[in-house]
Amino acid sequence: MGDTMTSLLNNSRPPVFCPGCGHDLVVRKLDTALQGMGLSGDKVVIVSDIGCSGLFDTFFNTHAFHGLHGRALTYATGLKMARPELTVITVMGDGGLGIGGAHVLSSCRRNLDITLLVLNNFNYGMTGGQCSVTTPVDAQTSSGFLNQLDAPLDICRVAESAGAPYLVRTMATDKELAEQLAGAIEYPGFAIMDILGLCPGRYTKRNRTSIAQLKSQMKSMHPVADGPVPENEREEYGAHYRRLALATSPQVSDGGITTTCEKIVDQRREVLLLGAAGQYINTAGEVLCLAGMSGGLQVSQKNDYPITVLRGHSVCEVVLEPGSIGYTGISKPSVVIAVSAEGVARRKGVFSLLNKDDLIIKPYDLEIPVTEARIIEIDRKEQAIKPSQMALAALAVLAGNDCVITLKMLHSGLAARFSGKLLEDAMGVLEKMQ
Amino acid sequence: MVLSFIEGNEAIARGAIAAGCSFFAGYPITPATSIYQHMLQLLPPLGGICLQGEDEIASIGFCLGAAMTGLSVMTATSGPGISLYSEQISLAIGGEIPLVIVDVQRLGPSTGSATKGADGDIQFLRWGNSGGLPVIVLAPVDVKDCYQLTLHAFRLAGKYRCPVFIASNKEIAMTRESVDLDPLHSRKSAAVSFLKPIGGAELSRLTSSTHGPDGYITADSAVIAQAIERMERKLLSAVDDFTYFDLDTREDDTTLLVVYGVTARAARTALQHLRDKGEKISLLALKTLYPVPEKCILHSFEGKNRVVVVEMNLGQYVREIERLATVLPVSFHGKMDGELISPQEIVAWVTQ
Repeated sequence: MGDTMTSLLNNSRPPVFCPGCGHDLVVRKLDTALQGMGLSGDKVVIVSDIGCSGLFDTFFNTHAFHGLHGRALTYATGLKMARPELTVITVMGDGGLGIGGAHVLSSCRRNLDITLLVLNNFNYGMTGGQCSVTTPVDAQTSSGFLNQLDAPLDICRVAESAGAPYLVRTMATDKELAEQLAGAIEYPGFAIMDILGLCPGRYTKRNRTSIAQLKSQMKSMHPVADGPVPENEREEYGAHYRRLALATSPQVSDGGITTTCEKIVDQRREVLLLGAAGQYINTAGEVLCLAGMSGGLQVSQKNDYPITVLRGHSVCEVVLEPGSIGYTGISKPSVVIAVSAEGVARRKGVFSLLNKDDLIIKPYDLEIPVTEARIIEIDRKEQAIKPSQMALAALAVLAGNDCVITLKMLHSGLAARFSGKLLEDAMGVLEKMQ
Repeated sequence: MVLSFIEGNEAIARGAIAAGCSFFAGYPITPATSIYQHMLQLLPPLGGICLQGEDEIASIGFCLGAAMTGLSVMTATSGPGISLYSEQISLAIGGEIPLVIVDVQRLGPSTGSATKGADGDIQFLRWGNSGGLPVIVLAPVDVKDCYQLTLHAFRLAGKYRCPVFIASNKEIAMTRESVDLDPLHSRKSAAVSFLKPIGGAELSRLTSSTHGPDGYITADSAVIAQAIERMERKLLSAVDDFTYFDLDTREDDTTLLVVYGVTARAARTALQHLRDKGEKISLLALKTLYPVPEKCILHSFEGKNRVVVVEMNLGQYVREIERLATVLPVSFHGKMDGELISPQEIVAWVTQ
């Protein structure tokens, strides 16, 4: 490989791993690979995890991001999306693989062009040799008997089913490691290398493991994992994102509401709409607000509905005021539009608060609690009003009585909210009510 | 006058775009979800990036990576998500990564009530990082503030290289109101200070570990102390640059009512009722909560013989007010039932 290229190793900070540590070999082979690819340090970012592998970034003259345990792939994702031209290499141990499992799985599914090097030495070296997700059940670790309880995880098997398009299982001592690293880095998608190595500081002190043993163990593992996984190969996430984003169109601004009508209230008015899902209660509340705005009123709207769609209550609180609105809650409404039993049940306490100056608009056959308020009933059968039109019909009655809003304001509100067929239908309901 | 009819969450999204935000990542959570939905509508057509992480930890992690390349970034969540953000927030503080974080507060503890408002995360935002270094927390009162404080938040995140929180509340976030956004002219966020972007010609190093100016991990106590003290000082000494508040006071007022967030709206109505009844009362609505704008608060105390603090929690910011009030008597009123505090309740609390 290109001996004319400059090493990216940081001469002022030579690797400081324990003698015989597999990590040391990976550092040197990664440098060889990067040299061979002709990459300068400013084109590369090394994102390192926590533990001994977390030292990686300091040994290289490249951009570096060293963050929290297990989260390296999250930073790498942000970096690569923001700077697609950068070569992003993430390094973690088997510890980071375990704690950051969700991010590993998601990265496999995403297929963003990041290379993940898992320096797999079967234990947590830095904290004293506790078991990790890759520790064999018969190993001796400082986690006592606990590692006998959990099945070890083969990241290549998991990643294959999670959609990773490029997998390599190899050893830190492999003669081809530099070429394998270059292959993974050059692959235009998410590439994982599971790099098995010895941890002389912790693991091999308690466990008789040799390079030869690891090698034979590796040969028995499936999938073989030596490059692209054809059934998982697909468009790279970043390119795919940019392609789809390019096809989106900017949101058209609604243009806002200008004052076109005379308002008929000179103080705060609270309107409560009580209905059921599917009755367009929130839409009616919005139309009421837009109508108020067309009369120069300030408005606020709060909705209350359960998590279910098309089932349960739908309650809307609207405040209209000539000046700026303080409190956005409803203390005592001056108008209640009640169009279904679900909504009435949700706010049954409000009816006894109303007095003779307040107004309730409801279908003739809807039962409500005892109240002193004036009631206007809508003969929904006679006038052929569907349940989904009841709230709008009630607004028409409200405006027809010059209460809170006028018909002109309601027309403006509807025109601001609807167009075409929907506007025609809404105007049809208005006409029926007059 | 042209009025828009939008909710607080939409105002934050629009404010972010006006501030030059080009990267958003989030995870759906009520009542913050619509910020993500709006950013997904707004960003891609502008060439920006909007991602949905596999969880909150990933979402803020994406933002940290993107921020280190020099993009203006934002994420949004609610209390349970802030809990998961916690250690990433510490990284943003220690790594001095500019980031705007919206916390649309909902009733806690834990999953609490997803669709009920509260201001229960206030001290959590300030102290929910390992190490306890200061952060900036801004609290909007209404939709207009959601827009305007978002503009400020981006400016401050870039200028001071730190996470800036917008402490919103379901009651602002999901309430639509008429608002005139025109006078709130956008200012593109100022360039990020001293950030050597990852991907630039000069090599950039970011580490979550204690480090010196060279970005390498260090165990040198003197270097560590210098860095930590600088990170504290850069915010505490600059609070005058971002002290946002509304003070309504008259010369002979003797009572000071202190509020923030959506409660400030009911307080404004209550103030009028109380003054009509002859109460000599002033109202301080704080929009900068942290670092505590001590000068502004101490100035508001002048001439008063008592302070009343009202919050949508069981008493959090009142601790800061008590600390500053020293001998001035401070009474606290608040509740955590998911309902707005009403003007009537405030009137009763002040006059009891």
